[in-house]
Amino acid sequence: MKSYTKFILRRIFYMILTLFIIASITFFLMNLLPGTPFNAEDKLSPEQIAMMNERYGLNDPIIVQYFRYIGGMLVGDLGVSFQFNNTPVVDLIGNRIGPSIQLGLQALVVGTVIGVIFGVVSAMYRNTWLDSSLTFLSILGQSIPNFVFAVLLQLVFAVWLNWFPIALWSDGFASTVLPTVALCISPLANSARFMRTEMVDVLNSDYIELARAKGLSQMAVSFKHGLRNAMIPILTILGPLAVALMTGSMVVENIFAIPGIGEQFVKSITTNDYSTIMGVTMLYSLGLCLILLIVDVLYGIVDPRIRISSEGGD
Amino acid sequence: MSENVNEFPKIAPEQFSPAHREDYKEREKITTPSLSFTKDAWRRLKRNKAAMVSLWILIIVVIIALLAPLIAPHHYAAQNAAYANLPPKIPGLESIPLFNGMSEMAGRAVDTYAAAGVPDDVYFYLGTDALGRDLLSRVLYGSRVSLFIGVVAALLNLLIGVPYGMISGWMGGKVDNVMQRILEVLSGVPNLVVVILLLLVLKPGISSIILALAITEWITMARLVRAETLKIKNEEYVLAATALGESPFKICMMHILPNISGVIIIQTIFSIPSAIFFEAFLSFIGLGIPAPQASLGTLINDGYKTFRFLPHLMWYPSGVLSVIMISFNMLANGLRDALDPKTTD
Repeated sequence: MKSYTKFILRRIFYMILTLFIIASITFFLMNLLPGTPFNAEDKLSPEQIAMMNERYGLNDPIIVQYFRYIGGMLVGDLGVSFQFNNTPVVDLIGNRIGPSIQLGLQALVVGTVIGVIFGVVSAMYRNTWLDSSLTFLSILGQSIPNFVFAVLLQLVFAVWLNWFPIALWSDGFASTVLPTVALCISPLANSARFMRTEMVDVLNSDYIELARAKGLSQMAVSFKHGLRNAMIPILTILGPLAVALMTGSMVVENIFAIPGIGEQFVKSITTNDYSTIMGVTMLYSLGLCLILLIVDVLYGIVDPRIRISSEGGD
Repeated sequence: MSENVNEFPKIAPEQFSPAHREDYKEREKITTPSLSFTKDAWRRLKRNKAAMVSLWILIIVVIIALLAPLIAPHHYAAQNAAYANLPPKIPGLESIPLFNGMSEMAGRAVDTYAAAGVPDDVYFYLGTDALGRDLLSRVLYGSRVSLFIGVVAALLNLLIGVPYGMISGWMGGKVDNVMQRILEVLSGVPNLVVVILLLLVLKPGISSIILALAITEWITMARLVRAETLKIKNEEYVLAATALGESPFKICMMHILPNISGVIIIQTIFSIPSAIFFEAFLSFIGLGIPAPQASLGTLINDGYKTFRFLPHLMWYPSGVLSVIMISFNMLANGLRDALDPKTTD
């Protein structure tokens, strides 16, 4: 148990190291970029530009700026946005994180639940037409780019059928339906394929044979006995799923005009709002690192075998 | 039981005769040609209809993309403002809506070609865009660019990931430890963030997109190769090679690499559609290839802006992109079943 704690502590250390490296790389990359936030095109006189540079500390040596940036980050200060009326980046992100998190969670839950059911059914009816059509569906879900799929959803269900609002975040739950569906395809397809492989393995094991021998129904065997063990490895794909959701949210939030982080990020990229780009980058990295850490912690809790083997190892 | 042994029929020794040596050889002869790993995998892949159909589609798509300069009716960047925004018109299919060059304006069908003063014998099979560029030509060139990016990114991914994983797995100990810690740190970075940052710094273009994708995509490959190398490294034939004084480099190339090739092939094929998708995604958020060059992603992005009025500009490139993606994923899926002995029934 002791070395398990050590393992987690080591993971936390690497997480902080990762975040530090990302922050440094982003900072220096952004400083390599040509141009400054204030230039003559904005009809500023040289004196005004000098004043603004002084005000934002852009005249200091780069090392000073770097330590100021890292120091600011430690206390949750990400600087101010160059484009959106000097709003602090933290506020800009804070105002927009709600819709993104809601959408991401909804898509994650819907996607993995349906994906797990698909995977279990696929494994139960292995090598039948049902299995191959479910496999085909998940490959389709993985292959069709999310922006094509999102636009298709918008066209069919909002424009033609008029069931849901076309865009925006103003109609409560109704306006979350289409974006959630568009966003959940990738987690759904991934978890379905992953689940099928795991479930096939589990269904071939001895304790499943025993459960069958006791006369339990196929349903009870699969969902009560098989699913529990097959579910554990699915934790490992949470990280990749989170990345897929981040990528997806940029597209989906843009298409459905949702005031979320992804939409803000794309807007910042097109307007060269470097401080916001850096802020969102750090947010995404922090999110991914936290998820990877949570996965590692949960893995040890859910599956005692991992804990024991990590005690044996280093 | 023991009594039965005694009831064995008595056979006189004269009744025995030595078997002919030649007969013996004949019986041990292998009559069917021996099945190599590749042949076996190919046989299994051939049984998978979806994968074979995908393979053929991909071969055709690649040939068309390679021949794009010969096939394309126009240059991809040739503009003709007078012929802007024409819907598709295909000779012989004029009776079918969507292919007759008619479009709806203010609720009634209008012959857009006649309105733009296009001669009767001029056809744009997939229509034209807002600058009067032929969409078919742009889709042909666009798939060329998209495929190129996908394949080159996958190859670079191979070139970085395989040696990294192999060295890490083969050396073990401190080297492995350091290399793994580096991977651990890198895997905490969302790859899209790195790609986007790099594209902001580098000049937009095909080579920077490929570079950005190669830098981020090799981590999975390195992990897989390391895990496989660790497994193979302890096999007896590797020990034998070491005992015979073979150099580590040769052992890796001759003994380990062939045995982990299945995993590498599968991962490479899977990484092609992923690179193609990433390129399209970058184009969609405005970080794609600069005009007048086009990839399928930039075509879709352009088409998306007017898809309610000029649906052909979005849906044809989207269709082509989806077909390429589905084919690659289907093929990769089939290859995984064919090359991975674990999944054989």
